[in-house]
Amino acid sequence: MVHYTHTSFDRSFAALSDATRRGVLERLGRADASITELAERFRMSLTGMKKHVVVLEEARLVTTEKVGRVRICRLGPRRLEEEAAWLERYRRVWDERFDALDTVVEDLQRKEVGNGRNTRG
Amino acid sequence: MDAIREGKSSPVKHRSTVERTSEREMVVTRTVNGPARLVYEAWTTPALIQRWWMPKSYGIAFVSCEADVRTGGTYRFVFRHPAAEEPMAFFGRYLEVIPPSRLVWTNDEGGEAGQVTTVTFEEKGGTTVVVVHELYPSKAALDEAIASGSTGWPDEQFEQLDEVLAGGGRV
Repeated sequence: MVHYTHTSFDRSFAALSDATRRGVLERLGRADASITELAERFRMSLTGMKKHVVVLEEARLVTTEKVGRVRICRLGPRRLEEEAAWLERYRRVWDERFDALDTVVEDLQRKEVGNGRNTRG
Repeated sequence: MDAIREGKSSPVKHRSTVERTSEREMVVTRTVNGPARLVYEAWTTPALIQRWWMPKSYGIAFVSCEADVRTGGTYRFVFRHPAAEEPMAFFGRYLEVIPPSRLVWTNDEGGEAGQVTTVTFEEKGGTTVVVVHELYPSKAALDEAIASGSTGWPDEQFEQLDEVLAGGGRV
């Protein structure tokens, strides 16, 4: 059995190096699924799918939760962290953009006043 | 050096909020100081768009900015980053133009996966609430944009931005 160095990057890389595991992530991106459903979808044994899910779990790409007699898989915290970081960067882009827009609109207002377009109300 | 003076000379500084409202949608909301007709003017006049659309901290300059703002009209924004060989073009078509309250355009530079952007301007007592709504063609397209970190800009630019923000500096 292969032992990977346990850095987060290596784990992700190992997890993503397999086509089935990439397929599982893609599938979970659309909806949560049980290990049984994943095994059926990828036409493999339950045991085989469990091994893939464990690798994805160790890389924090997937989390699982036992609901009754079924183990449900969903996208893990790694994906959520990425999304949160992306949202914050996206917000900053817009914040800076809008700060500059404020300045432009202030200038336009000042010009209107200067041109006497500011009719009395 | 921000002069903190009696509040009337410096208008309230607003903050943008961002939300992923569904599997396919992003919504940005921000209040701008000024009436809707002027905010609309700033969004639709190329000479004005060039003054605010590209965040200064990126060090990316407008090469050209064309916008034929009418239903069916097209736009094309071309930028150049000093580290990049080729300029970068963003382009699309206006699907709806209703001055001074609504703009809808496509983002075609990314091909099929491009989002449709709807911007609404709602005037409220001298300020204007701007809502930017981006609808991606599929969940996969938005996920892909998130996964690739693509807001269209290189990561190192965000680091510069972080420095600017950390220093509290403003251009």
